[in-house]
Amino acid sequence: MLKYFASRLLTFIPTFIGVTLISFAFIRLLPGDPIIVMAGERGMSPERHAELTAQYGFDQPMYVQFWNYLTGVVQGDLGNSFVTKRPVWDEFFALFPATLELSLCAMIFAVALGLPAGVIAAVNRGKFFDRALMSTALIGYSMPIFWWALLLIIVFSGILQWTPVSGRIDLVYYFPNASGFMIYDAIMSGQSGALWSAIRHLILPTIVLGTIPLAVIARQTRSAMLEVLGEDYIRTARAKGMSPSRINAVHALRNALIPVITVIGLSVGTLLAGAILTETIFSWPGIGKWMVDSIFRRDYPVVQGGLLLIAVMVMIVNLTVDVLYGIINPKIRKR
Amino acid sequence: MSLLRIRNLSVEFSTSTGMFRAVDSVDQDVANGEILAIVGESGSGKSVSMLALMGLLPWTAKVTADELSFDGHDLLNMSGRERRRIIGKDLAMIFQEPMSSLNPCFTVGWQIKEALRKHLGMDRAARHKRAIELFEQVGIPAPEKRLSSFPHQLSGGMNQRVMIAMAIACKPKLLIADEPTTALDVTIQAQILDLLTSLREDSGMGLVLITHDMGVVAETAHRVSVQYAGQKIEERPVRDLFRAPHHPYSDALLRALPERATEKRLPTIPGVVPGQFDRPAGCLFSPRCQFANDHCRTVSPAPFGADLGYARCHYPLNTDRRIAS
Ligand SMILES: Nc1ncnc2c1ncn2[C@@H]1O[C@H](COP(=O)(O)OP(=O)(O)OP(=O)(O)O)[C@@H](O)[C@H]1O
Ligand code: SF4
Ligand SMILES: [Mg+2]
Repeated sequence: MLKYFASRLLTFIPTFIGVTLISFAFIRLLPGDPIIVMAGERGMSPERHAELTAQYGFDQPMYVQFWNYLTGVVQGDLGNSFVTKRPVWDEFFALFPATLELSLCAMIFAVALGLPAGVIAAVNRGKFFDRALMSTALIGYSMPIFWWALLLIIVFSGILQWTPVSGRIDLVYYFPNASGFMIYDAIMSGQSGALWSAIRHLILPTIVLGTIPLAVIARQTRSAMLEVLGEDYIRTARAKGMSPSRINAVHALRNALIPVITVIGLSVGTLLAGAILTETIFSWPGIGKWMVDSIFRRDYPVVQGGLLLIAVMVMIVNLTVDVLYGIINPKIRKR
Repeated sequence: MSLLRIRNLSVEFSTSTGMFRAVDSVDQDVANGEILAIVGESGSGKSVSMLALMGLLPWTAKVTADELSFDGHDLLNMSGRERRRIIGKDLAMIFQEPMSSLNPCFTVGWQIKEALRKHLGMDRAARHKRAIELFEQVGIPAPEKRLSSFPHQLSGGMNQRVMIAMAIACKPKLLIADEPTTALDVTIQAQILDLLTSLREDSGMGLVLITHDMGVVAETAHRVSVQYAGQKIEERPVRDLFRAPHHPYSDALLRALPERATEKRLPTIPGVVPGQFDRPAGCLFSPRCQFANDHCRTVSPAPFGADLGYARCHYPLNTDRRIAS
């Protein structure tokens, strides 16, 4: 197991360098001069422009710029935002909890509903529940996120007035020394109503962000369960006199989880991409919204640093999934 | 009174192209401590008939029978819950493919202890002790260590021993072994068969041995039931069958045995077992039978009585009795 973990960890290094290069190149491939964007409507003299270009090092050859960036990254320095002048690192970790909280809730939502739904559909294969569930999953999978979000907002925020339209918590609440995780902060503050407010703000974004992973997980669980239920060892379990519920929940599910875990890991990447859209729709102050804003401002350090950090997060998630996979699947564990 | 009594068992599968009768009016009896061999070519319904008894067929199978009784229980009119108290305890079964018959996600120890908890309600320590005992009994070396192995870490023969240990864990009265050695090396095959027969001698359980190896039948079984295309076509004490088979199909099977071959070339039986679409009218064996005539091809033979080994044939062999045709 340790050896397996270490070998996984080793693949980190080339991936990390590649991601650094791609994030560096991505923003520079977009047309637009960051100095001019910074100046905005006012414009600027050619002398001032040349001076600023030299100050930010944009006059140097690309490979020198990349080398400077890489050496900075290795030392933990991602540079400062052109706009706010604050370190990218600080900005990222100020906003990341909001995204993490939303993504975690969306994932929990998707797994908590998707796993049982897939299992129940597989056990009742071909019956009404199975058909209804799988059609719904197909719709959920193919529905445009933006449209789905607006529909939910119109129904639950507009007509029913149950949920707020945007933000993370009602403005009357204020938490000093906030961790950034709103649910946690609301509980720790002890202010009455704060937790409920935070939860109400989370509901719609969670559903919107969790819908596609939910559909994917439900379908994958169903097909994995169907395959496993036809295996010889399921017949052996039945020959031992085990009850159907135990066979489904223990003997079959454990095996079906192996492909499902892979899918869950893969949907984390999708989730972070979806977070950008969801955060924009719900004005959720997370890194998704921050990145989109920075791209429009040609804020080079924020975009390349933010992309890099997101990529590292995905890599960490994938590593966790690999380890989980090893725990679930004994064929890998004891190699 | 026999331990197992099956009367007029039929199994039909609903397939996309219609109903298919995999088992056709089969009668079977097993007494305490007896070894019954069921032989026949691939597709003759050996597995399906025993799976029907165990209640392990998929929902596409329709099982009908006049009687299906085991150890005084009526398996036919029994709820699933009641049946699960007997299956795996008094009535156990092992399968052809040991490698795929064990769950890859759990240790073999876990899988064997699960049955002990369910049927005997043993506590953790007792389960562990009994599991080690069982592993010793089936000849697994270093049982304590092996308990924490996963199936993929053991060989096919070892896995089949685990399956046997699991099946005999609750001291069953009847063990059904469905081609327990087919997937194994020849040397291992003999070991597993020896193990099964010696377990039967020690415990007095009944044993149903499904096989298509006549040599195995000759060495191990007391009685043999020959199945063809879903029907039981002859049933005899082993020695009688080998000496003088009544049904032409049994005769052909025996001629296929190397030791009995009179010519150099092994007599193989031409043709294949009829499937869903080529079921002949009349006698099911008629397309392959060297004695077949028009009567055989139109009228389906009913089984004779015990004196002629319940042979399903209009013209049984090796008999002095005059057959009216
Ligand atoms: N689930 C199923 N659905 C449809 N047909 C089936 C099913 N299971 C078995 N059959 C058919 O029933 C017939 C009898 O199969 P069975 O497995 O009992 O044969 P067998 O005598 O055990 O052969 P083998 O020696 O190959 O194990 C075969 O023709 C098989 O195709
Ligand atoms: S009934 Fe006729 S065809 Fe069938 S086995 Fe007997 S002799 Fe052969
Ligand atoms: Mg079979």
